[in-house]
Amino acid sequence: MKPLYAALLGAASLVAVSQASAQTTLTIATVNNGDMVRMQGLTDDFTKKNPDINVKWVTLEENVLRQRVTTDIATKGGQFDVLTIGTYEIPIWAKQSWLVPLDKLPADYDVNDILPKIRAAVSYKDTLYAAPFYGESSMTMYRKDLFEKAGLTMPEQPTWDFIFDAAKKITDKSTETYGICLRGKAGWGENMAFLTAMSNSYGARWFDEKWQPQFNTPEWKATLTDYVKVMKEAGPPGASSNGFNENLALFDAGKCGIWIDATVAASFISDPKQSKVADKVGFAPAPTKGLGKTAAWLWAWNLAIPAGSKKVDAAEKFIAWATSKDYLKLVADKEGWANVPPGTRTSLYNNPEYQKAAPFAAQTLQAINSADPDHPTVKPVPYTGVQYAAIPEFQGIGTTVGQQFSAALSGSKSVDAALEAAQASTEREMKRSGYPK
Amino acid sequence: MARKRTTTRIVVSTVSAWVVGFIFFFPILWMILTSFKTELDAFSIPPKFLFFHWTTENYATVQERSNYVHHALNSVILAGGSTLIALLIAVPAAYAMAFSPTKRTRGTLMWMLSTKMMPPVGVLVPIYLLFRDFNLLDSRIGLIAVLCLGNLPIVIWMLFTYFKEIPKDILEAARMDGATIGKEMVYILMPMAVPGIASTLLLNVILAWNEAFWTLNLTTSTAAPLTVFIASYSSPEGLFWAKLSAASTLAIAPILIIGWFSQKQLVRGLTFGAVK
Repeated sequence: MKPLYAALLGAASLVAVSQASAQTTLTIATVNNGDMVRMQGLTDDFTKKNPDINVKWVTLEENVLRQRVTTDIATKGGQFDVLTIGTYEIPIWAKQSWLVPLDKLPADYDVNDILPKIRAAVSYKDTLYAAPFYGESSMTMYRKDLFEKAGLTMPEQPTWDFIFDAAKKITDKSTETYGICLRGKAGWGENMAFLTAMSNSYGARWFDEKWQPQFNTPEWKATLTDYVKVMKEAGPPGASSNGFNENLALFDAGKCGIWIDATVAASFISDPKQSKVADKVGFAPAPTKGLGKTAAWLWAWNLAIPAGSKKVDAAEKFIAWATSKDYLKLVADKEGWANVPPGTRTSLYNNPEYQKAAPFAAQTLQAINSADPDHPTVKPVPYTGVQYAAIPEFQGIGTTVGQQFSAALSGSKSVDAALEAAQASTEREMKRSGYPK
Repeated sequence: MARKRTTTRIVVSTVSAWVVGFIFFFPILWMILTSFKTELDAFSIPPKFLFFHWTTENYATVQERSNYVHHALNSVILAGGSTLIALLIAVPAAYAMAFSPTKRTRGTLMWMLSTKMMPPVGVLVPIYLLFRDFNLLDSRIGLIAVLCLGNLPIVIWMLFTYFKEIPKDILEAARMDGATIGKEMVYILMPMAVPGIASTLLLNVILAWNEAFWTLNLTTSTAAPLTVFIASYSSPEGLFWAKLSAASTLAIAPILIIGWFSQKQLVRGLTFGAVK
């Protein structure tokens, strides 16, 4: 028996050694968004250029991915070599030294081509900690035919008052046409992304310079009152459970007049394969209240290397490939310019072919450029982030506040009661976390 | 008259049983129907029940994007492996507690059950660290151990209840005839407890098959079972209901078929003792 064991063991270790020396296997964690799925489909291009690297994909739902990746990175489990993370995590994780700085990108990568706002969002202390895969802001999407029928013209820069008025005029509940669809589902990345961006244009802020929560201010009251009022008068029924996807389905089915949401929605609602109103869609910037800020937010999905990875060089090669100009061209060649991941590179927006294929390109660029994570609202704030505050506690408190605001929308709570509860819970949580730090 | 009333009763009870059965089955039926819709039909309001454009496109997409067989095989290995090991440990444990109880038996049983009362996320980080240090992350062996230990209290409890129903005298008679403990368990106890063991086995397979916390958190790709396969079809941006339904239908198909064929055993086992 003994020689047999020895032989088996020897054979096994030989196989292991030969595999290890020949191949590096990268494990890449990502969310199931259209652009990421497309990237998976194009992996062959990368492995052909880098025959010594294998790629394994782990696609997970956003919240599951966040939990999974956070556990791994906090324990330095080393299960992943490349992570897909949002702009929210980058400054927090970079500060904890959980991410590897991307300072060895090849010369032809052209870091300066990355849109300045996006580059700022993926950097911490002027060092790049992630490379943007696609970026987005928010804007106003509307039905040109319904506007025409109601005798309305969308101004170049709509105000909230115009939007509320137009929404009421368009609404025709007998044909299930609702003037406005906005996010109502509770969650820091759902209704609070929209409401925080909206509140910025109203001059509200999450915290003052001393980290005092600000839900007891008139600005927040005005934001939430107007939001609840317009949704009651011109919104779809059951709006408090609508998130991005539910509103997308409503808009695609021709049931929304106006939808203010992520710029990435533009490509979905203009796609005749899934949208019944693809040829009737117009785009405008996110609304303003005349205080110098619009309700545009800023978000990007990015690729980063966790500090626990043992294959940093290969991982960096992959990131350089997936976020390069060549990758954009590869997608364009295979699937057309309209399917290129948007919102990361200046050169893309100067490309006439892209401008022709994506009628929403100019609006997207303008929206991204108008959002400022360092000065998100009218008054100064101690945090960065437009539709979130980049502190570890935000996921928890953002979702708690989101539940209060969702309750105000469904009518189970008054606006005042919701704001009071939001203020109390945020104050408690901030005190517990030791702010001001 | 009496006969007529009986017929009415039969009809009423049959109809209500079908209605209740249909209500229970409806979510699964809806999922299967949705898997044959286009994404737009899947989201349509009012919902379309049967009259929509039927398509198998979602199944094609799922096949193209993921390796179903790899995930299904992992599910079979994890569910089967953890169940077998759990039974190997639980049968002697339940035997000891059912036939030779001491004053601590009750407390031991309660203590075992109490481990199920803690939310798994409470021990996620310690287990993750152990797995990291023993190189068990994304390994089937590690996951089998966790699933087995997680379900062990339920397995022991179920077997204990079944064994309690078996008269001690029969075992004593075998012992009088010179049977060793091993023989007693294999030749006397096991044949009598087959329905109970079978239903415990099935229930444990189903629990392990559906387990989604540890399987999602401790695997990446090599050991990832069908729960990970399903989780990859939910999307924050873009319509996904039809594709997710197709993935879910594929994921539950094996267990549904096993359940269908073994329902007699399952029902008999679950009502074991009650009908005596």
